[in-house]
Amino acid sequence: MDAEQALAELTELSTQVESAVVFDGAGKVIASTLADEVRSREVARIALELAEAAARARPSLPEEQSLVQVEVAMRAGSAFLVRHEGRLIAATTSPEPTVGLVFYDLRTCLRTIAEAGEAEGAGRKPKPKPARKRAPAKRNKTTPEADAPS
Amino acid sequence: MLLLGASGGFALLRRRARRARERADLYFEDGSMVSLDERSPEAMRLLPLGRDLLHAVRD
Repeated sequence: MDAEQALAELTELSTQVESAVVFDGAGKVIASTLADEVRSREVARIALELAEAAARARPSLPEEQSLVQVEVAMRAGSAFLVRHEGRLIAATTSPEPTVGLVFYDLRTCLRTIAEAGEAEGAGRKPKPKPARKRAPAKRNKTTPEADAPS
Repeated sequence: MLLLGASGGFALLRRRARRARERADLYFEDGSMVSLDERSPEAMRLLPLGRDLLHAVRD
């Protein structure tokens, strides 16, 4: 499954998510539910700015305890931001969404993309696919010894 | 009875007012969470960015 498919699945499963954009740490768009490419880039740029501003909001925290999720709740709707393994997803919802569910769906989407090795926009080489397992050899005859539990 | 109704109504109003308030919730890797009320200086920096994000998607 590639990033576009993961996003399509996200919007299908999570009815609260209006739009979502997946991008890397440099702001390069990997996938988007928005048809307009310029708008997707703009969303990624603002979301990165939001991530930086949010990280600065708690300077006392040690560096290794980084910011992983943000929700900005507004009267007109909510803006979400989730970070996972160098990729980020920004999403918008209608007002008063089920926050836990939205975060869960966004994290699942990013994890699916990471597992699929979709790394075109992140500037990393895709993970090599695991070698396909050979189909088990067919048994011509079944012997009672072979079937008996050990 | 009147007191009970009044306190229920007050609680409802307070709940609605709290919901109507804008905020920014930050979640960190260690599991901690910080909720920034719209009146806090940090939220005043984050809320405009949230609004920009909504506008960029909806306009």
